[in-house]
Amino acid sequence: MSAHIENNSLSAKLQHATEVKSAKCYQCGKCSAGCPVSNEMEYPPSVAMRLLQTEDPENDKKLLKSQTIWLCVSCEMCLSRCPMEIDIPKAMDFMRQKSLAEGLSHPKSKNIISFHKAFLDSIKFTGRLHEISLVADYKLRSWHLGQDVGMVPSMLSRGKLPILPEMIKGRKQVAEFFKKTKKT
Amino acid sequence: MARIGVFICHCGENISATVDCEKVAKVASEFPGVTVSVDYKYMCSDPGQNMVKEAILEHNLTGVVVSACSPRMHEPTFRNACAEAGLNPFLCEMANIREHCSWVHEKSDATTDKAIDIVRTLVEKVKRNEALAPIYVPITKTAVVIGGGVAGIQASLDIADAGHKVVLVEREPSIGGHMSQLSETFPTLDCSQCILTPRMVDVARHPNITLYTYAEIESVDGSIGNFNVKIRLKSKSLDEKLCTGCGACIQKCPVKKIPSEFEQGLGKRTAIYVPFPQAVPNKPVIDRVNCTYYIKGKCKVCEIVCPTKAIRFDQEDSFVEVQAGALLLATGFDVLKTNFFPEYGYGKYEDVIDGLAFERLASASGPTKGEIRRPSDGEIPKKIVFIACAGSRDPAKGIEYCSKICCMYTAKHAMLYKHKVHEGTPYIFYMDIRATGKMYEEFVRRAIEEDEVKYIRGRVSQVYEKNGKLIVRGVDTLLMGQAVEIEADMVVLATAGIASPGSEELAQKLHVSYDKHKFFSEAHPKLKPVETNTAGIYLAGACQSTKDIPETVAAASGAAAKIAGLFSNDLLKRDPLIAVVKKCAPPLYSSCTGCFMCIPVCPYQAIDKEEIKDRSGNIIKTISHINPGLCQGCGTCVAFCKSKSIDILGYNHDQVCAEVEALLNEW
Amino acid sequence: MQKKIGYYPGCSLEGSSREYSESVVTLANAFDVELVQVPDWNCCGATAAHNLNSILSFSLPARILAKAQEAEMDTIVVPCAACYNRLTMVQHELKKNDTLRAEVNGIIGAELKCDIKILNIVQFIQMFVADFVASKQQFLFDKKVACYYGCLLVRPHDVLDFDRTEDPQSMDEVMKSLGANPIDWPFKTECCGAGMSVSRTDIVGRLSGRIVKEAADRGAEAIIVACPMCHSNLDMRRPALEKAMGEKLTIPVLYISQAIDMALGKSQKETGINRHFVPVNISLQNRVVVPEVVLEKTEEN
Repeated sequence: MSAHIENNSLSAKLQHATEVKSAKCYQCGKCSAGCPVSNEMEYPPSVAMRLLQTEDPENDKKLLKSQTIWLCVSCEMCLSRCPMEIDIPKAMDFMRQKSLAEGLSHPKSKNIISFHKAFLDSIKFTGRLHEISLVADYKLRSWHLGQDVGMVPSMLSRGKLPILPEMIKGRKQVAEFFKKTKKT
Repeated sequence: MARIGVFICHCGENISATVDCEKVAKVASEFPGVTVSVDYKYMCSDPGQNMVKEAILEHNLTGVVVSACSPRMHEPTFRNACAEAGLNPFLCEMANIREHCSWVHEKSDATTDKAIDIVRTLVEKVKRNEALAPIYVPITKTAVVIGGGVAGIQASLDIADAGHKVVLVEREPSIGGHMSQLSETFPTLDCSQCILTPRMVDVARHPNITLYTYAEIESVDGSIGNFNVKIRLKSKSLDEKLCTGCGACIQKCPVKKIPSEFEQGLGKRTAIYVPFPQAVPNKPVIDRVNCTYYIKGKCKVCEIVCPTKAIRFDQEDSFVEVQAGALLLATGFDVLKTNFFPEYGYGKYEDVIDGLAFERLASASGPTKGEIRRPSDGEIPKKIVFIACAGSRDPAKGIEYCSKICCMYTAKHAMLYKHKVHEGTPYIFYMDIRATGKMYEEFVRRAIEEDEVKYIRGRVSQVYEKNGKLIVRGVDTLLMGQAVEIEADMVVLATAGIASPGSEELAQKLHVSYDKHKFFSEAHPKLKPVETNTAGIYLAGACQSTKDIPETVAAASGAAAKIAGLFSNDLLKRDPLIAVVKKCAPPLYSSCTGCFMCIPVCPYQAIDKEEIKDRSGNIIKTISHINPGLCQGCGTCVAFCKSKSIDILGYNHDQVCAEVEALLNEW
Repeated sequence: MQKKIGYYPGCSLEGSSREYSESVVTLANAFDVELVQVPDWNCCGATAAHNLNSILSFSLPARILAKAQEAEMDTIVVPCAACYNRLTMVQHELKKNDTLRAEVNGIIGAELKCDIKILNIVQFIQMFVADFVASKQQFLFDKKVACYYGCLLVRPHDVLDFDRTEDPQSMDEVMKSLGANPIDWPFKTECCGAGMSVSRTDIVGRLSGRIVKEAADRGAEAIIVACPMCHSNLDMRRPALEKAMGEKLTIPVLYISQAIDMALGKSQKETGINRHFVPVNISLQNRVVVPEVVLEKTEEN
């Protein structure tokens, strides 16, 4: 019905892409109450839902620039307790991708984003995750060169870090996936 | 020659927003047999009705089609108007172009065309309508009231005081319902039992009221004015006439540790018991599931100690049949009792209780004599966390609706706690405070300002036990989602109010409609709030939706007034839209072949056999006969009749076929 | 007699959590189940993919499902809770959404039927181990344990349809059957910090620290897990946890498969507990009597 109405808000885009409807939220706060990282967030999940509801471009921007969307650990506690069954984790995924696409991601979230990117890069080349390459890549991206270095010897001695990556036969196909899905 | 008047209503904009009413009127004026066709903004208004009346007189109309809304509301309006102008009311029909057309379609030519089609079918029908006369049936001036809570009590007393007989049926051993469990009532804090018990006693004493407790409705047949109600009297294992209510049996019963339903499990009862000291009737029943005699075949202590020898171990359920003119449903509600919120630990931790259990703790007659002591160790809690909406407004795990009473009783609970434990701190986690009744908002303000109840706007994510405390982790949404953690001694959940168990089954027995939550449906949400869709069956109180005491009592008195109104007539006037067996001239007399297929299929037992005799009394033919007092016009017999010998008056074969043909034939 | 079943270990089980894979294979062998790896499997994409690229996050698991389908596997066991969650979620979404399925089929060049039965480790144990464990058990796991389910095994319930999201019991039941005494504790499904292990170790320290401390405070002698992410956060990241909590935390963390292996009398090498960071100082008693799995409640009058 409302498809004819021009609505450029983040909330409308969210609903269009994921069927997650922020209007369902009645601000009970149960998501924020159970969220393991809400204390670290500038906008706990229920506040994020409220910002979406306003459909105010300023508030949309606040969200896309927030640390909140990157701090969300996708644990799904909010969804499992939400009385209105609002898929907040899906909304967070959507906002993260929007934030990256629009170049708005919060500078303090750089580490988290670098890690995710390094993770995907590793898969892109070998088809599987190779932890040493991941960490090396992450360090270059984040400049946290010294971090966790102390752990390496003990991990090696426990056989937890294979030096060479496992190369799957279909790695070219997997690399293709990255190309094909880049635009979406 | 038919002279039909067609009256197209705009219903404000309800119809005219999507249907071109002027065009409908214009097209209809060209239908064969239509003498006059007009449209008007509000046909049901006084000027609108006058248009109909004047047209009847001016054009000497033989039939009227009002195309407007559903006949449910305004068919009587227009039929009365026609009668006032001298036209038989059954020559007036409604064409429903609102619910069946304008409300369900977008504005378009097709919508207008559909409205025209609907009008045409009714024009064809009304041409074949016959003048009919209403039928009158006698009314049995007895009401059966189902449920003996405050709604049933109030309604029974009102009906009985109006001079009519009442049979009150209660499934528990005592009347009183949930109200008898409550401590003090909002917003006045008067003692619930103090105001209820005198009325319970009045019920027992009233000469017009017959009380059956521990009884349930077995079956109901008949219809308004003349119901036949079969009531099962569950065995109390007791001769009530002999029992004096001395209580010796209860004192001596060796099975003493059954969790008391009345005390919400916080107190214990015996196997032979009365639910509470003020019970009406104050005579015990034996709970056969827990009684040693019924389990092991021996004990009989109660029989030995009974001074009047009233115990009857071999007593079986018995039945009574009651003739009644009206039925009143007052079966009340229940509170959700499950652990469907495992995160609150309800059912896992003894000190997480529901609101009804808190009522018992706060009640002077309760298991703690009114002292607030927690169930696990009897300590007086220093901090109590109340959680509102535990189940309500939660489509995911609970119920989607607002239970309506919890905001107020939670405020009251916190207040009562503070009054009894001055050094204690009550916290209430809430989403919204819905305090819309008279003096309700003031009551909540008093709780906050004078009794220092800490209201926290937000939800609780989890309650868990640690070192003898209940850790309540929640959030304050007014502080941007700041975390709140309270070490509480007790947690009280305002669990949702739900339909009473067995409601669905009862509704099916009575053929009344109910909603998806199993609450009984009223006939009209605004204008018929105490009637059901089934004539002669009324409802009151929380069986319709959760209600507080003032609302329940108001509804009960309203339903009682409706029933008293019905009983103020000796005869009941009914529409003659009933089935008749067609008769014709001798030698055939009737096309009915006497197969009597119709008799067993009639849901109202309205059909019997009729012998057609000649002048000297010889039987020529036996055919079906339909009792006009019992027939409800459902049409089942019509469908079963192979020889097409039964017709429904007002909906005969000719009329219905004409309607269908009018729809199928290209105009 | 040997049963064959599809197996998707996932990347962690080949690397930092290889002891989990070792213990699962040990367990399967002990019960005559042959685990056949999904041919040429790839990474499921984990958190990173669904955080950054939705359609990629469908395509990567879809290829795994396609490979399993190609190898005619009707059931695959996925011990990693994260992989289990991703594969199950993706199969569910693809099954119900025709447009999405068509798009993903196009990307991966396959026709997915979306009818593979995906088992998590607990379901695998319930199906292939639980009924026979009594006959093979050598040691009584006579310890107080805290079963920690984490997020991904039980949420979202609508899709996974496994156990329940609050106070789940399935792992507790398995541990009870070994003779253990699972504690009642509130953090069974609280999040450990998951994929923030490297990028926000501070957060992991606080979240996982609280979980480990609560289990220890309640007297548990071991934490039982079913997810490599949970394990590495609770075990490998222990110094960060101790820093956040300001106290020493010595309670070991075992995969549920390792716990069963231990009760079967398997060696350290076979269970892989030698690879843990927090030493597993648990010695088990020889099993004398068959432990009652179901404790019958006696009715009181």
